[in-house]
Amino acid sequence: MRKQDQSTRRRFLGLAGSAAVLGSVPAVTLRPAEATPATLASAIRNVVGGAVVRTGKVKLDLPPLVENGNTVPMTVSVSSPMTPDEYVKSIHVFNEKNPQPNIGNYYFGPLAGRAQVSTRIRLADSQKIVAIARLSDGSFWSTSTDVVVTLAACTDEVI
Amino acid sequence: MPSALINVPRHAKRGEIIEIKTLMSHIMETGYRHTANGDVVPRDIITSFSCRFNGAEIFRADLFPAVAANPFITFFTVANDSGKFEFEWIGDKGFAETASASITVE
Repeated sequence: MRKQDQSTRRRFLGLAGSAAVLGSVPAVTLRPAEATPATLASAIRNVVGGAVVRTGKVKLDLPPLVENGNTVPMTVSVSSPMTPDEYVKSIHVFNEKNPQPNIGNYYFGPLAGRAQVSTRIRLADSQKIVAIARLSDGSFWSTSTDVVVTLAACTDEVI
Repeated sequence: MPSALINVPRHAKRGEIIEIKTLMSHIMETGYRHTANGDVVPRDIITSFSCRFNGAEIFRADLFPAVAANPFITFFTVANDSGKFEFEWIGDKGFAETASASITVE
């Protein structure tokens, strides 16, 4: 009797877990303009002004699960021919929950050859990272990715 | 010990896209940590990095406290001519470092 109870409970939890996963995926993908903390929104507004930011062209590579938030490898790239007529002017990377919303601004010229930069960043919490690219024709393109951080960067650590 | 590590290919074919890797030794103190007495440890970060080739800027970056210690930055450029890359890091408390690397384009 007891054994049967456990198996149904386990099965129920398994079903509930998979339902939660299935439920959360569309919620993320269907809300690109999801409400974000005010600091992130204002930092993005400082860069783009009132321009329309479209989704696409930008690729943000971050590990989905980060063990140590003190040094997280990040690569951001934009698909662009990088010719004098058509190139990426800059890429701006933002976060949601660090003490400051900015991670980095990267400026390119037509001589850059490839609109791609790699670096290592700090993440204070599990959060969303947003990358926005400004193209030479004045358009803005963006992408975002969610990162789970198990050990946060110690921003308020006592030393 | 040199504080900067630069990795640029020595030779390249004309028109080839090459990768440049840079590493600068720096604590990148965020300004959000405090001592046991409660005093805030003042911010001490590199705020700006730039790379010029034969005097023309090819890449520039603004850095923030969210950049990890010992900032590692890699980027690309087109090898059109032989010449010299000059790198510059500028930061808080008067921090300023430069480095350079040469390339031969065939």
